[in-house]
Amino acid sequence: MVRSPESPVLTISGLVKDVGPLATLDGKMLRVVSGLSLLAERGQVTALLGANGAGKTTTIECAQGLQKRTAGSISLLGEDPDDAGAGLRARVGVMLQDGGLPPSARPIPLLRHIAGMYQDPWPVDELIGRLGIDAFSRTSVRRLSGGQKQRLALAAALVGNPEVLFLDEPSAGLDPQSRQMVFDLIAELRNSGMGIILTTHLMDDAQRLADYVYIIDAGRNVAEGTVGELLRHQLTEGDAGHHVRTLLFESEPGLDFTGVLPDGVEVTEARAGSYAATGVLTPADLAAITAWWAARGIMPSSLSLEARSLEDVFLDISGREIR
Amino acid sequence: MTRVSGRAPLGNTPLGSAAPGNPAAGGAPRSAPRSTQGSGPAPLLRRILLQGQYETVTMLRNGEQLILAIVMPLLAMIGLTVTPLLDGLGSSRINIAVPGILALCAMSTAFTGQGISTGFDRRYGVLRFLSTTPLGRTGLIAGKILAVLAVLLLQVLIVTAVALPLGWRPEPAGLLPGLAILVLGAAAFTALGLLVAGTVRPEATLAITNLLWILLGALGGIVIPAERLPALAQAVVHFLPSGALGQALRDAFLHGSVNAAAVFVLLLWTAIAGGAATRWFKWN
Repeated sequence: MVRSPESPVLTISGLVKDVGPLATLDGKMLRVVSGLSLLAERGQVTALLGANGAGKTTTIECAQGLQKRTAGSISLLGEDPDDAGAGLRARVGVMLQDGGLPPSARPIPLLRHIAGMYQDPWPVDELIGRLGIDAFSRTSVRRLSGGQKQRLALAAALVGNPEVLFLDEPSAGLDPQSRQMVFDLIAELRNSGMGIILTTHLMDDAQRLADYVYIIDAGRNVAEGTVGELLRHQLTEGDAGHHVRTLLFESEPGLDFTGVLPDGVEVTEARAGSYAATGVLTPADLAAITAWWAARGIMPSSLSLEARSLEDVFLDISGREIR
Repeated sequence: MTRVSGRAPLGNTPLGSAAPGNPAAGGAPRSAPRSTQGSGPAPLLRRILLQGQYETVTMLRNGEQLILAIVMPLLAMIGLTVTPLLDGLGSSRINIAVPGILALCAMSTAFTGQGISTGFDRRYGVLRFLSTTPLGRTGLIAGKILAVLAVLLLQVLIVTAVALPLGWRPEPAGLLPGLAILVLGAAAFTALGLLVAGTVRPEATLAITNLLWILLGALGGIVIPAERLPALAQAVVHFLPSGALGQALRDAFLHGSVNAAAVFVLLLWTAIAGGAATRWFKWN
């Protein structure tokens, strides 16, 4: 997909962020973000995907003006967030990872208070209905569940009717119903033209929500593209343009598939009798393996075909070692 | 692509120029025509007043803060009028006690109460979140100062209402200078409270501001004049914000005079603590 640079809401180029020696445990200067660049557009969900500690939050906090960058340039709606005035802040909604809501507050007075900071806010009654906040409107923030807090924080970020919305790990703590509610709303906001930038370490979030994904590792970009493009990311040279898939099946243990499938397809037996064939599978490969079973009278007890997930891509790119 | 109908404020916002449109809609396959029009900020004064009101209500709803801000000063005032602690200082017990009690009120609200609430707001990310709204960091601090002044006004009214029937007769010429000095003292203590809240953990802020409230309240020259303190304390209290505020208020309300040296000490504390807070306050 070609990224059209005509209407970016956020442009980051060559962002560097060092954390001073006082803030790190070993007293050394730490480079949290090193030369990261990205572009987010109106009417799109742009996701920063990466493991914990990859520099996602630092990056968006620099974009929000909450942290001062060491080097690089950031343009948020055409302005430098470090010089942001009330005018720019009114056009940008922020949902922080830790919520940032006072524990003693009750949801509705809090939302009304924040709404008062804007000229033309989103009607609070409508917002609380939309996010199901009425169900816990009498409970103080301190006593809300993780998912309720998250929905309230989203409402607080939206109450100013922003053009740009930052969401830091939006699905953290959400139960499946709240998650659906929040995801539906995000999709609607995107369709209405809002530029949405979110961070997540959950592949599923990125896969379900994002129009464009930046994979971040150790403070720099390692890959980018639409979800579809990333899923087609080739495992090996020569597979370009083909989908990597996995054929999962269960059968009698200890079968030897040597010579049945082409070289690029790897068959592993994770548990006795549980097989996975991964590679750029073609219809001919499927015919070959079923013919092989038919010739031997083997009937698999289960059989399924899976497309490659964003998680596989992510692990291929950023490495599988635990850090 | 379905257009959103559930989102009235976006679609219905009168755009004046019928939406600037999105020239890039063709290049970005999934982007809908722009209908998002961010709203502008409310006027600065309204934002600050709103924040001040919100913080005032929050402070007044907090039971522990009310005990510190109102109950303790009133108890101290009654204690000082029924014991002979302040006898022989040239005026009635209540006349000597009340200025110090007002100074104690300023320390309760501006330093201990405001410091603790700011410290915990910082811990919970409230300061960071609010600084991303149109309120901003400056508006947030302005709102806090406003809340301190509002609670202080309430304290002055309550202390006065209790003290007048007990026989308090302040020197009329000292009323205005006294109130101005009280506000200056609140400024010094607010700056100190913000400095502590912005640099250490909230639990430490809680401990430091409560401990200093007790120490300065008892030995800092705030309610008990310096001449009644141990010799060691006498030497330093004039340089403390507590001692300077207590003495300046006593001079104003007892004699109608302005203690320039004490005022200078308070100005110095405000400037130093304010500068240090500006320099070292950590928002996260």
